[in-house]
Order: sequence, then structure tokens, then C-alpha cells
Amino acid sequence: MILESLERVLEDQGSSAAVRQIEAGGAVGTLWHTIEQAGFLDLLLSEEAGGAALQLPELFPILECLGRHGVALPIAQSIVARALFGGQAPVPVGLVTLANRLQQTASGEHVCVRTPYGLLADYVLSHDGESMVLMSCSAAKRTSVGDPRNSTATLSWRNVAPVLRLRGSEQSLTAFTTAMAAALLSGAMQRVFDMALAYCNTRVQFGKSIGKFQALQQQLSVMAEHVLAGAIAAECAFRSNGLAPDPLAGAIAKSRTSEAASLVAATAHAVHGAIGMTDEYDLGLLTRRLHDWRMSYGAEDHWNQIIGKQILTNSGTLVDQVCET
Amino acid sequence: MSSLLRQLRLASLPASAQALRAEVKTFLASTLGPASAEVRARSWMGFDAGFSQALASRGWVGVTLPTEYGGSNLDAFSRYVLVEELLAAGAPVAAHWIADRQSGPLILKFGTAAQKAFFLPRICRAELFFCIGMSEPGAGSDLASVSTRAKPKDGGWVLNGQKIWTTNAHHCQYMIALVRSSGEREDRQAGLSQFIIDLSLPGVTVRPIRDLSGDAHFSEVFFDNVQLAGDALVGAEGSGWTQVNAELAFERSGPERIYSSIVLLELWIRLLRQSPVGQAHAAKVGRLAAHLAALRNMSITVTAKLAQGESPVVEAALVKDLGTEFEQMVPQLIEASMGEEPQGELEAELHRTLAYVSQMAPSYSLRGGTREILRGMIARGLGLR
Repeated sequence: MILESLERVLEDQGSSAAVRQIEAGGAVGTLWHTIEQAGFLDLLLSEEAGGAALQLPELFPILECLGRHGVALPIAQSIVARALFGGQAPVPVGLVTLANRLQQTASGEHVCVRTPYGLLADYVLSHDGESMVLMSCSAAKRTSVGDPRNSTATLSWRNVAPVLRLRGSEQSLTAFTTAMAAALLSGAMQRVFDMALAYCNTRVQFGKSIGKFQALQQQLSVMAEHVLAGAIAAECAFRSNGLAPDPLAGAIAKSRTSEAASLVAATAHAVHGAIGMTDEYDLGLLTRRLHDWRMSYGAEDHWNQIIGKQILTNSGTLVDQVCET
Repeated sequence: MSSLLRQLRLASLPASAQALRAEVKTFLASTLGPASAEVRARSWMGFDAGFSQALASRGWVGVTLPTEYGGSNLDAFSRYVLVEELLAAGAPVAAHWIADRQSGPLILKFGTAAQKAFFLPRICRAELFFCIGMSEPGAGSDLASVSTRAKPKDGGWVLNGQKIWTTNAHHCQYMIALVRSSGEREDRQAGLSQFIIDLSLPGVTVRPIRDLSGDAHFSEVFFDNVQLAGDALVGAEGSGWTQVNAELAFERSGPERIYSSIVLLELWIRLLRQSPVGQAHAAKVGRLAAHLAALRNMSITVTAKLAQGESPVVEAALVKDLGTEFEQMVPQLIEASMGEEPQGELEAELHRTLAYVSQMAPSYSLRGGTREILRGMIARGLGLR
């Protein structure tokens, strides 16, 4: 029900044309207003707090849907941020994004590096090691990093205090960002896979659709395997009955989807040929997301280190530890 | 999303199956003697009739068969947990492996009342061991071109031909073979049937083949005018191809397509924990853990389809292809890690186990359907063929 109505909103107002408009610096207001008014940002809040009281397993398909549409706004981040607020303070009006860590540099600045949607967001919710902190993005120096269309930015503040301090562990913030990014990646990978499959069925060379060639069939089969592995790993991170995803499951989800993203992006482009390299065709829009989301909130090598350290520190067998996640 | 992928949503093991885990662990701890990792790494190549009988006395051979035949009537999820624990421990399960996984369920589904009454209780007691006769010298990936032939004679059959690469044939009393019972080679899938062949019959010759590691885990089996009784046929005459395919979903999606290198991996992790520089290899351990966790949940998801009575052949092919890739990645990454320091001392047991697993690893993506065949099946499932 919620999923269908989100799907409708995104089809109406979040089409790739709309995504491109936002990426080109167009107004974010209409889509954001619709999303906010329809209550999509409050999905995880209790009914008393005006939310939809969604459990984590029910949130997963919503985030995948946002990923499939290649959203250009921090909708997923804002849904999670509102849950992390947990009624401790009123949620400020505007776009809220998430960053794993607010760090202090040697020169005394505070920074959130490579923050997704940092160019567009009004606030960023992060953690400074003591508590969760809500920082104002309009008070920050915003430095675009990567492709400016992704609106990823390093945010820095000098002598600016947090708007709010909130109770919450860094671990649960990170568990949320990894699980969330994995779900977005999974959705985007499914869309890219669908595009590649459809293209193989329609493009004709040597008198038949190119999907009839064994070389391409085998590539698509491998791609399907990795898309599915990513989807299952991502969904596992939302299996928690608690308020936040399990940190290890989140790390595994982000690692597995990030690793799959490279292969899925590369194969989709290989299958599409030159048309995939054009600005006009949507494949590039989605594969740009795959690369960007792979790197956001830690790519696979980062999380593999953390997962591996945890396994080596514990005493149980690997199989027992995996069975418990 | 393609309907193939959309239909595979995450499933979990039910509590009833999870409850079995502790029991199996306790049993293994008291039953399995100490064995080096290179022995345990043989997992489902390790033949030990005594162990299989000890397992059977707990009701854990033929676990999914009905109690009237001596089975434990457990569901596919419970079998999953049992198999997972057996493989993780590197238990020598080869003796009853095929009968438990395939032959028993096949006879239950397609056998006559007399076949069920004779074979199933003996399978459950781990008295009778089975092998699968599929490959022939001229029929590997192209299984439909088998030329071993059963000709009707006096209400029975006369069998001539040859099977090859048959795992453990030299240890088993029976083979369930796919052979031609009518028509010609050009008829392909039509005219194939499955027979239960008593390997002690006159005219049967079993010759073990030494493998590249020095073991003899597979064999070639010759049939020279072997006289089979009429009741050697299992299922309908001419339905062999359909019956074989129903088996394959069971054969391809289970934990055995994920855990073939697990004993090596666990040993490596145990040694890294003792090493002062072990943490330097954490990223590789983490990557393998992430892959294993995803695969295990994929495999459970396919098991859920089996438990619902479906035959998820394409989904099973998908899990097997990715699972064997992981199994092959384990020795590859460990070799790379151990080779990082050419002057470093290597632990002998780890080195020997690695040598064995590295040599056997190519077989992971050959047995039970080659990588290329599986990918072709997935492409068909995606509507490309």
C-alpha cells in the first residue's frame, strides 16, 4: 500500500527527467513537498507521533524503490534521521542527510567528508564520538566532491555549534547508514539489470536479438547472481526486530552490495554498447549512482576490514558467527 | 525486475530447524574422533560407513523420509541445519550422502510400494549406499546423449554400456542410473529411464579412478550383459529425464555448494587468531564472511521453495554457480595471503590442507553441472533462450 503510493509519486514527480532537473540545479521543492506531506518521511515513527509505525523489514522495499528510481534527494536519509530523532526534539523543517562521522581537523574545523546530498541538504545528522549531532548545512562551507550532479559534498564548519545534540550511539547510526545504502544500491542494481535484460531482448545484430548469443547470456546470468546476492544481503540487514539494524548485518550488506555494484555497472555498460555512453539514455544516470553509493558510507574494503576484525576477535567459528547474523 | 529475481525473497530457518542445531553439535562432539583438517576437508568425499550408521541410529539418515519407512519425517529446513553442521565439522558423510539427498527422495516419489518397502528402511539404517550414474565417456554436459542401454528381455532388462566419474561407486551397493530404454541417440531426452542397479550383479565391473590429489573418489562402471529384473526400473519407462531434473534442484542448492572449502577457511581463521600479525588479513576474512553470509541466506531462500513443494531448478542453478565461485575463492585468497611473505614459516597442516583444496577446487564447478551449463539454465530462466 505505502510502497504502491510511493511508486506512484516517484513515477509522477521523480521521473528521470525530474531527477535530471534537480541534478542541473533545479528546484527540489515540489517533489520534496509531496513526499513530506504524504508522510513518507515519518514511516518509522509511531502512530502516536503521526507516523506509519513501519518495522525495519517493511522499510526495506521502500528504500529499494527509492534506489530503483535513482532519487536525487535525501529521502532515505531523512526517513532514517527522523527515526533516530526518536521524539527527543522536534524535527526541523527541510532536507536532512546523514554522515557517519563529524570529525575535528588539526586546524580546529569540524567536517563531514563526502556527505551524500551535502550540496542540497539543509541539515546533516552525524556523530562526533560523544553524541549524535545535528549540524546546519547552510552554516557550512560546502565543497562539491565527485561529479557535481550527485550533489555529494564535504561540509566544514568553523566555530559553529551543533543545532542539536541527541542521544544515540555511533554504532546504530552507522548500522542505519550501511543498511540504507545497501538497500538503495540493491534497488538501483535491479533497475540496471532490467535495463540490460530489456536491451538484450530488443537490440538486433547479425539478424537476431543479441540476447540470443551465448556470450551475452552468460554475462547476464552472472549479473543476475550478483544482483540477487546483493538484494538478499541487503534485506538481511532489515531483519532486525529492534529499532536499528544489526551492525554486523549492515556491514555485510554494504560490503556485498558495494562489491556487486562494480560488476553490475560494468556488465550493464558492456551489454548496452555505445547507447549506454550517451547522456540522453538513463543507464549512465543509474550507473553513476552505483559508483557513488558504493563509495558512500564506506565501500567494501572498509567494511570487510571491520567484519574481519570482529570475526578474528571473537572466538566462535566463522560458520557459527554467520549463522547468528 | 525480472520475475526470476523478484520471486526470490529472503526466507529464514524456522525455530524448529534451529532447535536441531545444538543436538547435532553435541552428537558430533562425542562421535567424531580427532582428525586433521586435511582429512576433514574431504567432507562429502570422506567415506566412513561406521559414522553413517552412528548418524542413522540418531534418525539422521533419510531425515526427510516418512517415519513408516524408518525416516524422521523432518522438513527441508531441518535437513539444511543437519547438513550445515555436518559439513562445517568436516564429518565423513560420503557413505550415505547420495542416498540421503537424492536416491531416497527419488524412490519415495517415483518408486513402487515394493521398492519403497525394500530400499527406504535400509537407506535410513545406513545399510545401503547409493551412487548416481549419469556421466558417460561420450555424455558429460550433454547428458541427453547417454548411450548405455537397457533392452527389455523376459520381463526384465539387459544392460550394456559404461558410466564414468561416478562418485564412490566402488563403495556403494546400488547405483541409480540414467540409461536409454527405447529409441535412439537422436531421440535425445525421449526414451531415457532410471534404473536401480545392484552393483554386485554378474557383468558389473567397477574400477576406481585415481584423482589428481592421489585419492580415488570417483570410478568408472562397466555393464556387460547385466541381467536386471523388471523391478529395477524406477518410475515410468521413458520418464528418466523428467525424474533426473526433479532431483537436480535438491542436488544444487544445498549447503554442500557453499561449504566445500569451509574446513580450510576455519583452520586459517583459527591460525590467524593465534598469529601476532593475523589482523593484517582481516579484510580477506571479512570479504569471505560477507560472501558466505549472503550465499547462506540465498541457499535458505531456495530451501524454502523446496519446503513448499516447488522445484526451483533455475534458482538452484543460480545459487550453485555463485556458491562454487565462493568455494573456489577461499583457497585462492588463502594462497595469496600465505604467499605475501615468502620468507614466512607456514603451518604444516594449513599448507597441506590448502594444497588438497586448491587441487580439488576445479571440480566444484564441474560436479553437479558445469558453470557454463548452469549459466545457460539461468539465461533460460531469464527468458533469453
